[in-house]
Amino acid sequence: MTVTHDEESTPTTTTEGSHDELAPEHPPTSTGLSNEKLAMWAFLGSECLLFGALISVYLLFRGRSAPGTITPKDVYDIPYTSVSAFVLLMSSLTMVLALANHQRGDFRRFRVWILTTALLGAAFVGGQMYEFTVFYEKGLKLSTNLFGSSFFVLTGFHGVHVFLGILMLMSLFTLSLKGRIPESRSEVIELGGLYWHFVDIVWIIIFTLVYLVP
Amino acid sequence: MAEAATEKASPTDHTAEHADDPSAPSHTGHPSDWEYIKVAIFLAIVTAAEVALYYVEGLGARLVLLILCVMMVVKFAIVAMWFMHLRFDSKIFRRFFITGILLAFGVYLIVLTTFGVWSRPGEHTPVSPSPPTTTARPG
Repeated sequence: MTVTHDEESTPTTTTEGSHDELAPEHPPTSTGLSNEKLAMWAFLGSECLLFGALISVYLLFRGRSAPGTITPKDVYDIPYTSVSAFVLLMSSLTMVLALANHQRGDFRRFRVWILTTALLGAAFVGGQMYEFTVFYEKGLKLSTNLFGSSFFVLTGFHGVHVFLGILMLMSLFTLSLKGRIPESRSEVIELGGLYWHFVDIVWIIIFTLVYLVP
Repeated sequence: MAEAATEKASPTDHTAEHADDPSAPSHTGHPSDWEYIKVAIFLAIVTAAEVALYYVEGLGARLVLLILCVMMVVKFAIVAMWFMHLRFDSKIFRRFFITGILLAFGVYLIVLTTFGVWSRPGEHTPVSPSPPTTTARPG
């Protein structure tokens, strides 16, 4: 953007290059960007603060539980959680493939990939519920000690996010079946994908800091 | 190359065109399907390396922590840049997201430091009030 002054010193704003060339590619907003997408990124930025708080609390309470109570080494099953992490990671791939196919106008493949993404997400949430059940049977509850409280709150919040993401994916799938998401509105899919990928990268952090760090 | 791609790609492309070949680069400026698959394979390999590192004995805890954190950051960045298209989209989106991350990192780094999380359990001594002072009564 450049600001030029005409002979009467009236500032006028012009865009570099031909305006006619750029106009069709840019949404008609003051920023030239999609407001919905900007809002989604702002939302994801704020979500960083939420999960940052939960991860910080976990790190703060780490190793400070009352002596003699359950520790992470007593309950963690790293191979099992690794498979869960892998499943969620691959769901990011299927999500981005769904978006790419929608942008190409291949709605049949889009529905296949988005349904696959939802199924992988459901497998992750199911695995997490099973893990919680096993932990509970081993004696780790929300109120057992600091580790139990911070662990269940952190991973539970993440699980709720994944669950909401699955609902969103199924909504997109249903809307697509009804033909209500044409190729021109592929940004709707992109926004859903951004949320899904964010949930994935949060798990990347949780998996490392909560499960793997010695 | 990345910057060139950023400049060429429209911030939000509403003019996606049909393409029969999934392996061909997208008209939205995004990578092809095959490139996404290659990125996913790399992420899977890094994840496998992370898990393998968990079972390696003999390495110091600090070294393991450092390597794990590096791998975590690499995975995070790749998903954000490729799958979330930050590499190809407008830089404003990147700034929004990075601002959130840096804000969270800074705020919670201060909080954790304040609570002495970097010291070993048992070493941490919370701030205690100053010991009571005794003053002699006059007379």
